[in-house]
Amino acid sequence: MEFLSTSIGRKIVMAVTGCCMVLFAIVHLLGNSSIFAGAGGINAYAQHLHSLPLPIIMGFRLGLLALLLVHVIFGIQLTIENRAATPQSYAVKATRKATFASENMIWTGLLLLAFIVYHLLQFTLRVTPGLTLTNDVTGHFDVFAMVASSFSGFAGVGIYAAAMVVLFLHLFHGIQSFFQTIGWNNDCTQPVVTKIGNLVALVVFLGFVAIPLSIFFGVLKG
Amino acid sequence: MSAHQDHNTMTINLVVWRQKNANDPGKFENYTVNGITEHHSFLEMLDVLNEDLIKAGKDPVAFDHDCREGICGMCSQVVNGMPHGGQERTTVCQLHMRTFHDGDTIYIEPWRAKAFPIVKDLAVDREALDKIIQAGGYTSCHTGGVADGNAILIAKPIADEAMDAAECIGCGACVAGCPNSAAMLFTGAKVSQLALLPQGKLEAKQRVKNMVNTMKECGFGNCTNHYECQVACPKGINVKFIARMNREYLKAQF
Repeated sequence: MEFLSTSIGRKIVMAVTGCCMVLFAIVHLLGNSSIFAGAGGINAYAQHLHSLPLPIIMGFRLGLLALLLVHVIFGIQLTIENRAATPQSYAVKATRKATFASENMIWTGLLLLAFIVYHLLQFTLRVTPGLTLTNDVTGHFDVFAMVASSFSGFAGVGIYAAAMVVLFLHLFHGIQSFFQTIGWNNDCTQPVVTKIGNLVALVVFLGFVAIPLSIFFGVLKG
Repeated sequence: MSAHQDHNTMTINLVVWRQKNANDPGKFENYTVNGITEHHSFLEMLDVLNEDLIKAGKDPVAFDHDCREGICGMCSQVVNGMPHGGQERTTVCQLHMRTFHDGDTIYIEPWRAKAFPIVKDLAVDREALDKIIQAGGYTSCHTGGVADGNAILIAKPIADEAMDAAECIGCGACVAGCPNSAAMLFTGAKVSQLALLPQGKLEAKQRVKNMVNTMKECGFGNCTNHYECQVACPKGINVKFIARMNREYLKAQF
């Protein structure tokens, strides 16, 4: 298909898959924030999710996996092409509009991929060491205890906090980039879209990082 | 009184990219130019250097230039890492030495992109941009005789926006400034200019597809929305035209 071979076509696919994953991250954050209602909150939320019909759960997981793979593969492919299109860099580097975030999308992206693998090994497959895997008083799996056990140490919290900084950088450039790539931009909307995108990136960062930090500093107790 | 005494003259140190041909690896050479006044344009300063080199029996620095009025799009030099020297809405031929100081060291490099092979020194082959134009930068409707003025009514804001896009002089600074060597601002300006006007709307879908395909065939990179092109553009072409091209490309699929 010609659309998937051209520069703009593949970038539009990157934009749409990226947008879907940002929307997922926001829903994920809203769901996770049930932890602020205590152990009962997050455990009830987890039970609700797991009580959904298996085809829905698996379909959703496969859909997310497909979005991720397409985004990653096209991202790597486009970056390789961009490097090849610029065989020699300038002796004097004078960047004026590009940001640290925009110049390092491939690296923040690959770090996020590594984090997602770790995150799934930890909380979905539950195979990382040091996790408390027990049932709560209602006899269901105690998600809160598992989360609390992983955020009790400096390393556990550090990995999550660092990953959220990386996510912030990726979204700082990514969200406004979506509107430009999909063509929903002009000179009036661009500065506004950029500011709102940066704000959303900040809110997502603060929201996610609040969970491990509040557990680590003892603000949140079961 | 000699001409030099009329002004405070400057001595400028130049670090210039020298490359014999496309296959030569090329290297930087250091030069010192004396007697430069604030009224010298950047290219006139290079003319002084070349006269010195010719007198010394050396090969002068090859660089592209034509009108020296900032409208033809021939001049193409990256000065201190910035295409055209970084002054807002200024081609390098219109950049004047008053923006520099006595004793400054200035790096001069050619446009660097795989799609723009170096011909010699600072002169690059920008035929790739012509290929993009050949792929769709025209209207092929039969025009007949000279039409009456205002026979086709075009709203003022639309005409203004098309004219803003048409300001592009095709110099390639957007490609040179882009960390990915993408030609999106150039192509976006050309696609937008024609897509906005009734004469160009007829072939809008095929045009954007052909021009976007040709960008890839010519070896340009992909846009990652750094917006370095917009600040590099000596005509101030806005990245909104890239968004418009993206929109036109998406529309062309249906």
